[in-house]
Amino acid sequence: MSRLLARFDLRFSSFHLDVELDVPMSGITAIFGPSGSGKTTLLRCLAGLERAPHGFMQFGEEVWQDEARRRWLPLYERPIGYVFQEPRLFPHYNVHSNLLYGYHRIPPEARRITPEQVISILGIGHLLERRTHKLSGGEQQRVAIGRALLTSPKLLLLDEPLASLDIQRKQELLPFIRRLHQELHIPVLYVSHAMAEILQLADRVVLLKEGYVVGVGTLNEVLTSLQFRGSFAPHRVGAIFDARVTRHDSQYGLTQLEFKGQPLFIPLQPADIGESMRVHILSTDVTLVVGRMGSLTSVLNILDATIVEIREIDHTSVDILLDIGTPLVASITKKSLMSLGLKPGQHVFAHIKAVALNEELVE
Amino acid sequence: METLIDLDLSALWVSVRLATITVLVLLIVGTPLAWWLAHTTSRLRPIVEAAVALPIVLPPTVLGFYILVALGPHGPLGQLANLSLAFTFTGLVIASVFYSMPFVIQPLQSAFEAVGKAPLEAAWSLRASPWDAFLTVISPIALRGYISAIVLGFAHTMGEFGVVLMVGGSIPGQTRVLSTTIFEHVEVMEYAQAHAISAVMLAFSFLVLLVVYITNRRFPIHVS
Repeated sequence: MSRLLARFDLRFSSFHLDVELDVPMSGITAIFGPSGSGKTTLLRCLAGLERAPHGFMQFGEEVWQDEARRRWLPLYERPIGYVFQEPRLFPHYNVHSNLLYGYHRIPPEARRITPEQVISILGIGHLLERRTHKLSGGEQQRVAIGRALLTSPKLLLLDEPLASLDIQRKQELLPFIRRLHQELHIPVLYVSHAMAEILQLADRVVLLKEGYVVGVGTLNEVLTSLQFRGSFAPHRVGAIFDARVTRHDSQYGLTQLEFKGQPLFIPLQPADIGESMRVHILSTDVTLVVGRMGSLTSVLNILDATIVEIREIDHTSVDILLDIGTPLVASITKKSLMSLGLKPGQHVFAHIKAVALNEELVE
Repeated sequence: METLIDLDLSALWVSVRLATITVLVLLIVGTPLAWWLAHTTSRLRPIVEAAVALPIVLPPTVLGFYILVALGPHGPLGQLANLSLAFTFTGLVIASVFYSMPFVIQPLQSAFEAVGKAPLEAAWSLRASPWDAFLTVISPIALRGYISAIVLGFAHTMGEFGVVLMVGGSIPGQTRVLSTTIFEHVEVMEYAQAHAISAVMLAFSFLVLLVVYITNRRFPIHVS
């Protein structure tokens, strides 16, 4: 799998970006952090819109910036698609000409993505002849995404493309972004400060704070890291991961998912076998049991787990970081911790009272 | 009488030729300069801006005098050309370029400032080289600024008098332009001819400004 390597040290009068990155380039990688943490600056450095004096950047085998060797590719020579916070459509062209602006500027043999494909994924067929200022904000942003995709980029950079839209437009656009990644297989770097977007989209997260990278990992690793819970990560996240649909049980109204060889049951879903679904587990919905008591519990979902770390949260409760093939956090009382005598390395069963689907968690 | 009209027509032709060439030169020189002024963070910027604006406040005779000296056989421009450019059409073009500079640079500069860098970055991200991006994105969006610059530059050059008199003299067919023709008619008490040319220039100037203001209203360019 190709990786993205980058090193930027860039000083402005009131801000200092000092970043070293090494992330696999697959799926959607979110660059997440509060406003002013340097997310956009980092993205602009990666795109070649800012030039860090001693910067280095490599995408797969291609070195786009290596100041030590005086190598620098300007943005227009990098195979990047960039979607800005504002759509930045060209006002003197209609939608169709905006879409094809970049398409006409790449060699015909490099055109892997066709206008028909993009128009159908983004649902903008009815807009083609319109002037850009006659479009709604969401429509404009879809055209901007389409225009970037039609350069058949090897990497797509999205800078808070939903920030200027209302909640409803956001909800319209989010599935498009997931689809374009799934259908076109372009790695995406997605800048956002909205946790709801990250929860729905991201496969991997780069956490940024005051110009520094403070955490990198899969979405679930970062969210369940005891270090970030309550600060970056929502407090009650137990785990978020993608599980595959293996079976429907219409008699009991259940859909069976599989994750790392362990079954999970959720209420019956209109999903195809083999489809991947993003599920959330709240840490307060996880109960720990020492020794299997499967026959004596009403809980359907019981997962094998190993205790990794125990952290005191307040006077009464602790967070227990478990390994179920991916991290899972259980919030239990200190009293239970003591009476069960839990220790790191110990094998336990995690009883999961509820598994929420992606859509249900994001309001 | 007929020769008089011929003389006036040849003056009109010199004026139009002068204004056209001046505007073309200023568009070529002024575009990069206006772009630089619109986007630079350099401390030289106010100095350059002031220098560009000088002809607006400077008496044309002052500007004309210095250009005359520079163009003369011992001046830097005269030496460069290895002959005196004073009292030639070329000399007049050089003088006009300086004299009309603010009227071309300033509208371009404000247009570029209004366009900003956002569309340029967007064009780069769509594989357009800087040159390509300028031609296909920046200049169409800045079209209004270009119309103002062309019209104002042309009209202002048509109307110059003091500089022309200092640098060009008033050689018929070469450096005699409409504005100096009026002066000469008045000097020999030919008020009717002076009146005719003056009325034409008045109407022309008014129409030109009307075009500028109408285009500014009529074609609002949407920069999202």
